[in-house]
Amino acid sequence: MSDTHAQSVAYVRDTMLPEQAPPVSEAGVIKWLRENLFPGPVNAILTLLAIYFIYKIVAGSLPWFLNGVWTASSLAECREILQGTTGGCFSVLTERWNQLLFGFKYPSDQYWRPLLAFVLLIVAAAPVLFAHLPRRLLVFSAIYPFVAFWLIWGGTILAPVIALAGIIAGLLVFRRTEASGFATASLAGLVSAVVIWWLGGFLSAAASDVLALRPVPSRDMGGFMLNMILGTVCVSLSLPIGILLALGRQSHMPIIKWICVLFIEFIRGVPLITLLFVANVVLSYFFPPETNLDLIIRVIIMITAFASAYIAEVIRGGLAALPRGQYEAADSLGLDYAQSMRLVILPQALKISIPGIVNVAVGLFKDTTLVSVISMFDLVGMIRGPILASTEWNGVYWELWGFAVLSFFVVCYGISQYSQWLERQLQRDHR
Amino acid sequence: MATYSDPPAGTFQLSQLINDTRYRSYTFQIIALIALFGAVAYLLSNLAANLQAAGLSFSYGFLGEPAGYDINQSLIDYNSQSTHLRAAMVGVLNTLLVALLGCIMATVIGVVVGVLRLSPNWLIRKLMAVYVEIFRNVPVLIWILIIMAIFVAVLPQPRDFRGEDAEASMLWGMFAFTGRGFYFPMPVFGPGSGVVIAVFVASVAGIFAWRRHARKALFDEGRLLPVFWPSLALFIVPAVLAFFVMGRPVTMEYPELRGFNFQGGIFARNSLISLWFALSIYTAAFIAENVRAGILAISKGQTEAAASLGLRPRRIMNLVILPQALRVIIPPLISQYLNLTKNSSLAIAVGYMDLTGTLGGITLNQTGRAIECVLLLMLFYLTISLAISAVMNAYNNAVKLKER
Amino acid sequence: MKKSVFLGALTVAGLTAGAAAAATLDDVKARGKLNCGVNTGLVGFAAPDANGNWDGFDVSVCRAIAAAVLGDPSAVEFVSTTGKTRFTALASGEIDVLSRNTTWTFTRDVDLKFEFTGVNYYDGQGFMVPKALGVSSAKELDGATVCIQTGTTTELNLADFFRSNNISYEPVPIETNAEAQPLYLEGACDVYTTDASGLAATRAAFENPGEHIILPEIISKEPLGPLVRHGDSEWVDVVRWTLNALIAAEELGVTSANVDELAQGTNNPEVNRLLGTEGTLGEMLGLDADWAARAIKAVGNYGEVFEKNIGENTPIGLARGLNAQWTDGGLLYSPPFR
Repeated sequence: MSDTHAQSVAYVRDTMLPEQAPPVSEAGVIKWLRENLFPGPVNAILTLLAIYFIYKIVAGSLPWFLNGVWTASSLAECREILQGTTGGCFSVLTERWNQLLFGFKYPSDQYWRPLLAFVLLIVAAAPVLFAHLPRRLLVFSAIYPFVAFWLIWGGTILAPVIALAGIIAGLLVFRRTEASGFATASLAGLVSAVVIWWLGGFLSAAASDVLALRPVPSRDMGGFMLNMILGTVCVSLSLPIGILLALGRQSHMPIIKWICVLFIEFIRGVPLITLLFVANVVLSYFFPPETNLDLIIRVIIMITAFASAYIAEVIRGGLAALPRGQYEAADSLGLDYAQSMRLVILPQALKISIPGIVNVAVGLFKDTTLVSVISMFDLVGMIRGPILASTEWNGVYWELWGFAVLSFFVVCYGISQYSQWLERQLQRDHR
Repeated sequence: MATYSDPPAGTFQLSQLINDTRYRSYTFQIIALIALFGAVAYLLSNLAANLQAAGLSFSYGFLGEPAGYDINQSLIDYNSQSTHLRAAMVGVLNTLLVALLGCIMATVIGVVVGVLRLSPNWLIRKLMAVYVEIFRNVPVLIWILIIMAIFVAVLPQPRDFRGEDAEASMLWGMFAFTGRGFYFPMPVFGPGSGVVIAVFVASVAGIFAWRRHARKALFDEGRLLPVFWPSLALFIVPAVLAFFVMGRPVTMEYPELRGFNFQGGIFARNSLISLWFALSIYTAAFIAENVRAGILAISKGQTEAAASLGLRPRRIMNLVILPQALRVIIPPLISQYLNLTKNSSLAIAVGYMDLTGTLGGITLNQTGRAIECVLLLMLFYLTISLAISAVMNAYNNAVKLKER
Repeated sequence: MKKSVFLGALTVAGLTAGAAAAATLDDVKARGKLNCGVNTGLVGFAAPDANGNWDGFDVSVCRAIAAAVLGDPSAVEFVSTTGKTRFTALASGEIDVLSRNTTWTFTRDVDLKFEFTGVNYYDGQGFMVPKALGVSSAKELDGATVCIQTGTTTELNLADFFRSNNISYEPVPIETNAEAQPLYLEGACDVYTTDASGLAATRAAFENPGEHIILPEIISKEPLGPLVRHGDSEWVDVVRWTLNALIAAEELGVTSANVDELAQGTNNPEVNRLLGTEGTLGEMLGLDADWAARAIKAVGNYGEVFEKNIGENTPIGLARGLNAQWTDGGLLYSPPFR
């Protein structure tokens, strides 16, 4: 431009001006403050309010934390130490630490077992959660449930080993007979697994002290451990059931479809607490008189039913989101229903539904606190019952509830952050 | 999946039941049906056997018998001589009450928080994110119990209001915030208050008429009439005038400490409030996320297009963004309402007498009719859920994008 | 056709179940453990200590039965039950005997099909208030906020009491004793009502028991006792006579200290029959001869159980009162062992 009109204008600058610093209000901290905290009068007021609010909270809780007493043995002693100053009485946590974590009935010399099971849970979960870890670790994840059962409940190691052997045998037989059709192979696998379990039953009954840990009955489980047990067991059990229900609901066979629809809609329509009432006061009427299912088992049954209905809906969403072409492509390859589902459809559908499944899992983990309503002593139940009612700790609320909030927040926030991370990972794949 | 390999007619082999796709689905369905019937029959036979062994029978006759217990909060007439059925009705109404209150408050908080999460103000944005994460990731039962603990441990009890140098005092002599609940003044309608109410109703109708008129004027003639101030004036002035003209027929009844408790005024029990607040703030955290997602789902181009038409930011929000965002927000919002209603069954943890507390709690305990009570309880929640789902489906059909 | 098959299955299952359910004694023996339903935690009656061992007045009944039937007082699986779950737990067979300060009422006995095997504590419903309230009678409680445990007879008694005295109250229903304590202590309710024994036990767990008084009115009869399912007479007999053995032992002067010595044989034929050196009472019950001796040895006689768990030298500090032997003017009166 300047070439053509150079003569027609009065003045043309031909040297660069020296660079100047940007105005104070447009750079650095001040710019950031102006744009992010005080963009307008309304926002300025909001900011000031927020700062005041934060100040109030910090000023209120900081001395409470800093002056906290960690070593008293009762609330009265705690108040004596504090001499009227503000301060938390965290000694209730230290004194009742084991009760909060394990309940009050788990034998105290056996605490290492659930702890070890928890550490192993992290090890076993890692390869499932992070795809870039070596795939060989999945073997450990597969045997983890049996190890965990043995560690937590105790008894002879033969029982979980036989359970594992039955499943392996079933899988092997399934592989061998797969050529003769999915249904036949599953039946054969199931039969061989049952045979192994049946035979193994005699073995473990006969040799009940092989590598035996001290057995702990399930009604002795409690504290945060109970929440973790219910959460992990019910989520892992409800996944396969949820997949089957989702497939059933998508099925073209009307009877199967309607069975699944009825089940899912019924479970989703009632609150979990009524299902827990069923577990608590009704379910035992539906079993033969001589069976004596523990409350915890009945609760696991009902929570699993609850979770699988929700997971089924999530997976159904995943199935519906797959383009029709995938189904047609699988059919055109000549795969039968079981094969096309197993090899083509489910791997993709499950991948899409992972964030949803994680959400259900978080929700379910939170819902495990509801068992305290039916007088089971999970973390909430321990706090409401034995601890708050004890002579020493009558009236310690904030420390205990704060601990409960923190425990659940750490786990649930961790899981949901993981799910968001995973979502981002998966999105990248699709681009 | 159709197969055209005709088998020779008339020679039906048993293996076809499983290998021939024409018959296979029938085989599976029949197996499933038999398995289902078998399982149900097994469970029912166990039930029958257990009931018979215990000498019990399945009957709803207890619903007609006097309940014998008192309920502290009931919206309908109830005393300990009323029937169990009436106690259950009291519970139903209490459930619906807390669900309704909870839904309203959760929506208000949720929408505000959801919008503020997109605010240009960094501090507010972060604060709201912290709120959402904290409340979403901790079980609602814990929130209910924490708010109840505030009532029990922090707020003054009625006994603290007593005496000359009482530890606590009422707010403006009208409100009492005690550990047993909140007491508010209650309007008492004296003779002549009917006129005041009629005037008020008429002025509300007037507000709507004025808004319609303003809208019509805008659309037909392009005149922009003020709406807010006239509405406000209509809302207040006629009613206040009528109030004084009729000689102040509406008086307030203030709560006052008599005996063990405050008497008079409106009493909101601690159980109701802790349940209501906890459900609201918990559900609001989810609603806020839905609202945020809904607003983000509207592409930026819509805002820019509206801005290029010369609309001001508030009008962009009201006329362009919200109508579109609502389509995205409302379905998950309704399912949050459903969750809130189902979560209200946690009332039992704080002794709020909802249906789970009356029918599923005391009636079940007193009569021992566990199966009947739990069945009825489930039926009620199922009905509510189906009703809410029906509303949701109707809405979805109504707002479905009518594309060409 | 399907229907008839289904009904057939139903009847067959019903018949076998009916036959199977009638032998709790055999079940317990085969299992080697007694499943006993107790309170979730009421100091003095049933509460787990720091190591999870159950202790208390109701717990002793379970231990005595286990000692009589299985020979081992520790062969008991304690199932903690709330007011809500206790009856289902018993009716569904989850527990063999319920020993959870449960009031013997007509409907529970007749309509709910349970069998009360006796009374181990004669109780009545009372009220506890903080001294600071200055209340001296339950009739002065007009307008008070009352904490009650739901699912108990106290709830119904309370409604009757206030209705018949024409005064009003505000009920606050609570699920367990543990949850009621903070509410009462922080003043969210003015009054706590439950069985007088339970009040004493609850008060004993307070930091300052002296600041609370139990009002003189006892508004109901609450005979508490162990109960079992209806229709299994053998098992009813075992539980009933184990309880009676404890009561009779006190009357006859048999204690856990001297039971071994007395079991060698005494001049008192009733003692001999009780301890199995004379007659075949144990055999008639389906147990061995020294069943009662074992039970007494394990937990002591009724008086010892009382003194150890809830008596005047314990924090709970209950007087024998109605629960003294009939010879001392109380109501305890064991039928003769003959």
